[in-house]
Amino acid sequence: MPTVNRSSLRRPAAALAVLALAGAALAGCSSSSSASASATGSASGSSQALSGTITVFAAASLQKTFTELANTFEKEHPGTTVKFSFGGSDTLAAQITQGAPADVFASANQSTMQTVEKAGDTTGDPTVFVKNTLEIAVAPGNPKDIKTLSDLTKSGTKVALCAKTVPCGSAAVKALAAAKVSLTPVTYETDVTSALTKVELGEVDAALVYHSDIVGADGKVDGVVFSTASSAVNSYPIDVLKGSTNATLAQAFVAYILSSSSEQVLLKAGFQAP
Amino acid sequence: MTDRRREARRSGRRLNQGRAPIALLAPSLLGLAFLTLPVLGLLVRTPWRELTAELSGTDTWTALRLSLECATAATGVSIVLGVPLAWLLARTEMPGRGIARALVAVPLVLPPVVGGMALLLVFGRSGILGEYLDRWFGVTLPFTTAGVIMAESFVALPFLVISVEAALHGLDPALEEAAATSGAGRWQTFRWITLPNLLPAIAAGAVLSWARALGEFGATITFAGDFPGTTQTMPLAVYLAFQTDPQSAIVLSLVLLAVSVTLLALLRDRLFTRV
Repeated sequence: MPTVNRSSLRRPAAALAVLALAGAALAGCSSSSSASASATGSASGSSQALSGTITVFAAASLQKTFTELANTFEKEHPGTTVKFSFGGSDTLAAQITQGAPADVFASANQSTMQTVEKAGDTTGDPTVFVKNTLEIAVAPGNPKDIKTLSDLTKSGTKVALCAKTVPCGSAAVKALAAAKVSLTPVTYETDVTSALTKVELGEVDAALVYHSDIVGADGKVDGVVFSTASSAVNSYPIDVLKGSTNATLAQAFVAYILSSSSEQVLLKAGFQAP
Repeated sequence: MTDRRREARRSGRRLNQGRAPIALLAPSLLGLAFLTLPVLGLLVRTPWRELTAELSGTDTWTALRLSLECATAATGVSIVLGVPLAWLLARTEMPGRGIARALVAVPLVLPPVVGGMALLLVFGRSGILGEYLDRWFGVTLPFTTAGVIMAESFVALPFLVISVEAALHGLDPALEEAAATSGAGRWQTFRWITLPNLLPAIAAGAVLSWARALGEFGATITFAGDFPGTTQTMPLAVYLAFQTDPQSAIVLSLVLLAVSVTLLALLRDRLFTRV
């Protein structure tokens, strides 16, 4: 559920926008967080006059790194606030094309970005900033001894996959097809983080998630690399959206994500260079 | 009964003479528009020409059938558990009754997603009770149709309990007292006197429970996951379709709307003439 800054509620327009967003996210799949570190009383001596707030719609798998990066960005540019709505890329894309107030979109694959592009909601050419590979997430210590994709089809092994409409789901379909494995999961989750959570909670034995999710889980799950993962690598594009009300800040944020220092953070989190 | 109602209606007509004051009329019309416009919007945006093509998808009917089955099963669970619970709350001096009554209402105010998460933590495979269900009986509830029914019952049961309990409080105590003085035990009194008198309230509560269960989304997707045919009910199908194919989401919504409206129409008398 979206968290709302108190200051934003005072402004009726912003409050309405938040309300619209909350409505769009009513189903509760996307999680929002605002990384508000808007420094109070800071000496803004920088030459750039960046200020204001932007809302970034980003794939669920970017939640950890983007929140971290935005904190740094806000510290570097006092007076700016970066808000997020994280969720399944397809959900976010649908919200954007339905007019949700977003400034930047970072998707977990190119086809979701193309949906937004086709609707005429992007400003330029979306740029790929990282890649991500699928891995099998299992309980710590791999109690079911899962080594390959075909191990997932053993009876009594419960698997969560992402819905086919979500990037991690379409990647899973490709990887399974490449391995000639036909797998029936117990559930199709609406985004990658909820698939991962089901493994963390022990409700399923395995899930196909991104390598970066496993790195980000801090030991709560183990990752099993499988051979056909290379056939289903997702490229993450980012772009400023046409509906942006603060295009200067949105562009600055996109440039910051594309910078080499951000790349270092992303690589450390388990993503691959584009 | 009917005479009294007719009388009330007649006197009401006398009361209702004169024009509605603008201070009441304006907000009431706004409220009415607010409630009806989204439904109208759905109808306006419905791709009527492709309707049959969209509806011919087997997934739609699978989801609808599952929805109807699960909502009906959840209503059954609610009646079986809810009527006795309502009786316990209304007719006994059980200690902590007030707290129990408050607890019954919790699922009404709890966000369904939270309810689903709580169910997962208790009945999940590694949940507080679920762990033993799995270990001792090999039963796991998440990701099963039984899980959907549980999630729906969790949100629907309070409607039935509240409806029946209110009716119990409104029941003329003389009836039950007469039965008791004629030597009937508590069970006999309940079975032959209380229960027949409760039937209208049980029916009304069941309708509310059924409608609530039919629309259940949050608890279901959290606790039971999403798999076509076993756990993907209509609201889940609508939500997922909306991500990629808004048109088919609209058609699915229309089907759900048609079912709800039919139900409302069938029960109109019960729901709207009872005041």
